[in-house]
Amino acid sequence: MLRFIVKRIGLSVLTLVIVSLIVFLMTSIMPGDIAKQILGRDATPEAFEIWNKEKGFDKPLVVQYGRWMGGVLTGDLGTSLQYEMPVSEILAPAASKSAQLAIVALLLIAPISILGGIAAAMNRGKKVDRALTVGGLSAAVIPEFVWAVVLILVFGVAIRAFPVSAFPDEENPNLVSSVYHLILPSIALLFVLFGYISRITRAGVIEALDSDYMRTAVLKGLSRKTAVFKHVLRNALLPTIAVIATQVPYLAGGLIAIERVFNYPGFGNILLDAVIARDFPLLQTAVFLTGVVIIVFQLIADILFAVLNPRIRQKVTE
Amino acid sequence: MTTTPTLELRNLEVAYTVRGIDRQVLRGVSFSIAPGEAYGLVGESGCGKSTAAFAAMRYLPRNGKITKGSILFEGKDIVDINDDEVAKLRRSAISMVYQNPATALNPTIRVGKQIAEVFELNGVSSSDAMMMAEQALTKVQIADPARVLRRYAHQLSGGMAQRVVIAMALASNPRLLVMDEPTTGLDATVEAEVLDLVRELRRDTGTAVLFISHNLGVIRNMCDRVGVLYAGALVEQGATSELFSSPSHPYTVGLLRCIPRGGLHKSTDRLDTIPGTPPALGTNFDGCVFAARCSLADDKCRTALPEMVTIIGSHVARCFHSDKAGSMPRSIEQIEYAPQSTGHKAQVGDTLLNISHLSKVFNQDGSKVRVINDVSLTLGFGETLGLVGESGSGKTTIAKLVLGLTPPEEGGVVTLDGKGLAKTLSHRDVADVGAMQIVFQNPDQALNRRHSVTRIVSRAVERLRKFSLTAAIARAQELLSGMRVDASLHSVRPVQLSGGLKQRVAIARAFAGAPQIVVCDEPTSALDVSVQAAILNLLVDLQKKDQTSFIFISHDLGVVRYISDKIAVLYLGRVVEFGTSQRVFSGPFHPYTEALLSSVPNIDGSTRKRIPLTGVVPSPSNPPSGCVLNPRCPRKAGSGYETLCETEEPNLTEVEPGHFMRCHVPVAKLKQLQN
Repeated sequence: MLRFIVKRIGLSVLTLVIVSLIVFLMTSIMPGDIAKQILGRDATPEAFEIWNKEKGFDKPLVVQYGRWMGGVLTGDLGTSLQYEMPVSEILAPAASKSAQLAIVALLLIAPISILGGIAAAMNRGKKVDRALTVGGLSAAVIPEFVWAVVLILVFGVAIRAFPVSAFPDEENPNLVSSVYHLILPSIALLFVLFGYISRITRAGVIEALDSDYMRTAVLKGLSRKTAVFKHVLRNALLPTIAVIATQVPYLAGGLIAIERVFNYPGFGNILLDAVIARDFPLLQTAVFLTGVVIIVFQLIADILFAVLNPRIRQKVTE
Repeated sequence: MTTTPTLELRNLEVAYTVRGIDRQVLRGVSFSIAPGEAYGLVGESGCGKSTAAFAAMRYLPRNGKITKGSILFEGKDIVDINDDEVAKLRRSAISMVYQNPATALNPTIRVGKQIAEVFELNGVSSSDAMMMAEQALTKVQIADPARVLRRYAHQLSGGMAQRVVIAMALASNPRLLVMDEPTTGLDATVEAEVLDLVRELRRDTGTAVLFISHNLGVIRNMCDRVGVLYAGALVEQGATSELFSSPSHPYTVGLLRCIPRGGLHKSTDRLDTIPGTPPALGTNFDGCVFAARCSLADDKCRTALPEMVTIIGSHVARCFHSDKAGSMPRSIEQIEYAPQSTGHKAQVGDTLLNISHLSKVFNQDGSKVRVINDVSLTLGFGETLGLVGESGSGKTTIAKLVLGLTPPEEGGVVTLDGKGLAKTLSHRDVADVGAMQIVFQNPDQALNRRHSVTRIVSRAVERLRKFSLTAAIARAQELLSGMRVDASLHSVRPVQLSGGLKQRVAIARAFAGAPQIVVCDEPTSALDVSVQAAILNLLVDLQKKDQTSFIFISHDLGVVRYISDKIAVLYLGRVVEFGTSQRVFSGPFHPYTEALLSSVPNIDGSTRKRIPLTGVVPSPSNPPSGCVLNPRCPRKAGSGYETLCETEEPNLTEVEPGHFMRCHVPVAKLKQLQN
């Protein structure tokens, strides 16, 4: 098991190095000149030169990359060009905001989608199944920002049941208020992910329901309900858990549209600002950190899957 | 006074709803099982055996329903009882053992907990239940039950898994045990052990057993009475020995004649087959269900449903001509081949294939595992070499090495007709590839589902013989017709064909390159015995016609004996015995071969002492020192060679002309021990 984890971590690190290179090169070739924006169109060439030198943009790319990575590794994420502030001070509160949104969304999405999938599987071929399948897939084809707008118009503007902004106005919002503000965006995300997660759950549950071991359980004299609970769910939810874990980074790392629509100061919003402002240090680090989140959660999903499945766990141990 | 039967089926009819139409699966099946009795149901696939078994458990597929008749358990009709009562019955009175024990166990729950669950359902506390689970495992003779309790299903061998399932089934002290093909898929030696266990448990517990099997030998050895099912109808029933010695329904007679039983050999005997194919699910019959395939059938058979007639005592058959069934004409299709001048100047028996010093080492998690160890064999023109041995003995790996699907280790050489072959397929030229082809066990998976039958074969002709497309198609159709695949089926896809026809297509494909050798890897294991007989006949015909040689792999020793000229017995990647079919099967035997042969349930009903192999097959990653068989060898103890057996690996030596053995015990001594 330990060997498996170490190997996976090694691979993850390698992936991150590649990601960092790609991110760095992409942001370097991005069109637009931030110096012009900051110093103004009328600045002298000398001023540009001094500014570039000061920020280190005159150095070869390799050196710039080295400095950036070295900084990331030692905890110095660089300085934002547009805000003239350490990147970490900008990203930390945003990351925390994004994490809050992700947690609330996940707590809403995972149980509802899993229950939906189980209900569909248990009523295979019947109306409940068809309604859940058609409803789930129809909802999923509409992008989250469209849902966001619809939800705002219905629940925020027309009914006024939920706030239109995901971020409380008050100075020190309490937990209830924070969660309350995050419900509408979470529902938008639920609409997008429900179809996907419930379909995977449904497939897993059906496979387990049709399995020989389910037959054994029923022929042992277990009631269908007990047999499903004790024998089906554990096997059926394995793939679901992995799928949900792979959706976490999507939720935590870049809900640009949702954050924009709900005016939420999360990671996605910062990212978008950085792109518009050509704020390389901020952009590079933000994109890179998104990659870190994705890879870490993929790693967690893999390990979780191995731990839950004795067959893989054993292969891994041998 | 008569006792109430444990289980009684009365005129039971079951139908499956397929696309809105009810299709009858069981047609008025009646039989009863007395307490303590073992009743066997035999028949080919699709005849309704399993449906009858699951109906007795009140467990039918979602589209299945009982349309008529009754199922009485200890006198009480259980057709209409509610789910709670059914569950209670399953908890406490009726248990089942399944065909595939590995999948019957939950992969994510430790087996101990799964057994304990049965006790808990009957109101035992969870700590006591675990203790009782351990006792249950002891009862099914599992070594170290405390450790096995903590294992998962995938950590058990097939035989162990079936013991666990049996322990689970017996945990509720059932009065009826339903066993659905409990040993199908297990090695012969493991099968024999499981059957011994069931026999013993039955003696101890007096449980009534409903035993389902397609294997007539197993049924003969396990059951007191037998029922023969065909197309969902019980066509014959009687005491086992009486029914097997004087079968009185043409179907039963046909089934028994299909089996390549002891002593039959392709050189002298042609297997009988049952012409035609079983009726499709839900076919309606005016007369006898078997009339369409019966050589005795007359107009009466086709229009009137025969009643059960008494043959003798309780032996009954549903046939108008039961008195003539035993002597009914054989229905073999005799094919005459004009002797062909194939261009071979060789005589049958001249060496065609020579494999020498083949070894194969696999890397398994960093450690090296020698799965094939220095195997040398020869095969002549027009001969069949049978490879036998338990699973994991290396049969298939040898075939792969010969075919070049995986390269042998340094030093291994494969010579075909005097020409050394490249180690891997990609380095062999087209002629060499075409010269050696393979037929797999499962034609479902071996044939491309998206291609038509002609395309499957013509593609191989194109590639292997460099024919033009039109010539290839013509040749493919010729080949298919030669395999007795009707021209009307040449354009269909494999999914529309029966198992036997698919295998014929697979054989046609293998013959596309005009091969000198065809490797047949369990080609009939997935087929019913009547289809198996037809395929074996076909292979023999092809061999006689073209002097094709076969390497024939099978776990069914009767089949191997029938079709092989030479036999190599493998154990742990080594050849332990090699010789003519006649020699290997008549003895003196290598101790391993002896044990293997004695474990086959005998269809003749002759009792034979089983020579057990103790313990389990050792892992090739850690083979025993000395002779690899020595920890399990039935002839080591008392032979006087114990020390030698444990320290030194014996060589393969010629003990009689053309008969090789790898054993320290001299052949004379073995002969003496084996008489």
